[in-house]
Amino acid sequence: MKSQLLMANTLLAATLYGSAAQADDLTLCWAAWDPANALVELSKGFEAQSGHKMNFEFVPWPNFADRMLNELNSGGKLCDLLIGDSQWIGGAAENGQYLKLNSFFEKEGISMDDFIPATVTGYSEWPKNTPNYYALPAFGDVVGWTYRKDWFERPELKKEFKAKYGRDLGVPASLAELKDIGEFFQGRDIDGKTVYGAAIYTERGSEGITMGVTNALYNYGFAYENPNKPYDIDGFVNSDGAIEGLEFYKDLYDCCTPPGSSDWYMGANIDAYKSGQVAMQMNFAFIWPGVEADPNVGGGKSGYFPNPAGPAGQFAQLGGQGISVVSSSKKRAAALDYIKWFATPKVQQDWWTAGGYSALSAVVEDPSFASSQPYAQTFLDSMAIVKDFWAEPSYASLLLPMQARVHNYVVAGQGTAKQALDGLVKDWDEVFEDEGKK
Amino acid sequence: MLKSPADRAAMATPVRVARRIKGLSDRAIAWIFVTPTIIILLSINIFPLIWTIWLSFTNFRVNRPNNEVDFIGLRNYERILTDPDTWLTMQSTAHFLFWTIFFQVLIGFALAYLINKKFKGNDMWTTIIVLPMMLSPAVVGNFWKFLYQPQIGFFNYVVSFFTGVEPTSFSMIGDVSLAPWSIVIVDTWMWTPFVMLICLAGLRSIPDSIYEAAECDRAGKWRQFWTITIPMVLPFLMLAILFRGIENFKMFDLVVQLTGGGPGSTTELTSINLKREAFEKWRTGYASAYAVILFVTVFGLASIYVKALNRVKAR
Repeated sequence: MKSQLLMANTLLAATLYGSAAQADDLTLCWAAWDPANALVELSKGFEAQSGHKMNFEFVPWPNFADRMLNELNSGGKLCDLLIGDSQWIGGAAENGQYLKLNSFFEKEGISMDDFIPATVTGYSEWPKNTPNYYALPAFGDVVGWTYRKDWFERPELKKEFKAKYGRDLGVPASLAELKDIGEFFQGRDIDGKTVYGAAIYTERGSEGITMGVTNALYNYGFAYENPNKPYDIDGFVNSDGAIEGLEFYKDLYDCCTPPGSSDWYMGANIDAYKSGQVAMQMNFAFIWPGVEADPNVGGGKSGYFPNPAGPAGQFAQLGGQGISVVSSSKKRAAALDYIKWFATPKVQQDWWTAGGYSALSAVVEDPSFASSQPYAQTFLDSMAIVKDFWAEPSYASLLLPMQARVHNYVVAGQGTAKQALDGLVKDWDEVFEDEGKK
Repeated sequence: MLKSPADRAAMATPVRVARRIKGLSDRAIAWIFVTPTIIILLSINIFPLIWTIWLSFTNFRVNRPNNEVDFIGLRNYERILTDPDTWLTMQSTAHFLFWTIFFQVLIGFALAYLINKKFKGNDMWTTIIVLPMMLSPAVVGNFWKFLYQPQIGFFNYVVSFFTGVEPTSFSMIGDVSLAPWSIVIVDTWMWTPFVMLICLAGLRSIPDSIYEAAECDRAGKWRQFWTITIPMVLPFLMLAILFRGIENFKMFDLVVQLTGGGPGSTTELTSINLKREAFEKWRTGYASAYAVILFVTVFGLASIYVKALNRVKAR
């Protein structure tokens, strides 16, 4: 009896000690936005299950890249887990800042085949299209459009639009039609207020205007490089189609945006839309749950559509992020526990319900998914047409000249579209030469 | 008998220590006191400067610690000085520097002249005028962004009230021709009080007896202003110009919050450009060369200016 009691005590002590030794304080870093709040709630399930404590470091979008890339480059210990932007994957992988997850996925039976292919390529792989994984797709996101369905359905507006353009006022089938709608609403008086056509991305400081303009460029024929010769960009970045696409974006900015929208990104577009300033807004899909819940524009007053097609096809700018384990973390095992938990179908389903965009195929391919939210089908359609910006290690060096060149032309009105894109080719060539890739 | 503080300090020194320093010369003791300061200065000022100069001749990138660092001679300097964008940012900086200093000196001196007169509520007005410089530049940048909003901004409505121009017809921070002035206006609003305070100190340092003597000589107010006030305030004014010049040459936070360097690169000052090269593109070698060029420029101009200032003070 005595020996049994001793054994029981020893076992209890071992269990207590064991759990105390394994319980870690984990810090997850991400951008400060609505989905992050949903993740805080979701993670309570992980805390209850694992005994680990979750802390969060959320940085506003305009400073997110600056702050987190500084953290990674300096080998900082702030983040154990990082939901980093898709374009950081190349640099983080090559500089050893993210843990390679292949063997972990293999051991835990996590298959990348279970996730939406575009998100695996966009958020997890480096080099692209190779089975080297540095992140688990965490949040699927894509640029799409929100519109004032209630305004579009007003009989007097429908009649006037039909008379002017010879077609019904509805979801635009092309970018040209989108511009017509923008022009139609620009400066119009609705319920005693002057409203404008569309809020589009024009922000200069971080990545805003690039994330916007690419939605026009892709659809008019812009390509990042020669598909047969990597880093051969002349004639692709500045092709005739690309020039036309850039001109289109400038026309859209000039004709159809609210006065003073020269430096707008996600937050400003949301504000303009929710306050009834604009008929349409370009924005990432993450905002749609918030739009639906808004008393002014939600509850059926808004509709959603994917980025409309252009003469060269229909594409949309990929957003979203994967979740990675930071190599400098001392709590890698606990961080991997979190990823294992996050990858489970049940948690992924809860993630979608909570307002996060799951990238797990089982969730989005469920027959009930498309009708689960008014924007769910648009999300699926948009995720099928995504393209992403460079994810090279020199991503920032490629992004900054694009921000400057495009903003100079579209917002500042300096030079021509051709000069802007020719200049961009020169800048990007210089970066690739510095990198020894050309 | 009361001992002097020096005697008491000597008595308090432990015998072992006293024995050890007894043989030291005054020079050695001086070195003991100065050495920690020299070490700190060397490690946080001189070493980084020399290290920056060295890096400016390399292709080093701080975010690629495993890459080989090559010595590339003057290539970084050549690229910077032949890059048209560098000269555009220099032009933007020169425009910002010249006009902010011009307006701040003009308005700051005028305000100081008014505040220097005795009137009711003098102290209250001084406090109100200096409030803007107590705010954080980032906060100032953010709220002026709202003031400049064509649809809701107070600034556009004020302009509209006085000129009759439609408030939504112009955008201070979105228009290439207006954006450089938008940053000049905000900086002037924020820092004129600083110039005013320095001028006020200058005005208050002028003895009344000089004006009284001038009045005895029947000098008019205008003559007193040009021959007494201006010459005696001039060293203070020049000091204010030096401080504001150095501050505005490295202006960053206010402009980043207000315009982000836009539209296009219209308000991209050298400090913003340098930050983008160093901490967004991570071209450390290139950014080091850029920093060295800026350092030499500021140091050279400041040295010439300080010599001129000393000459004015000596008069």
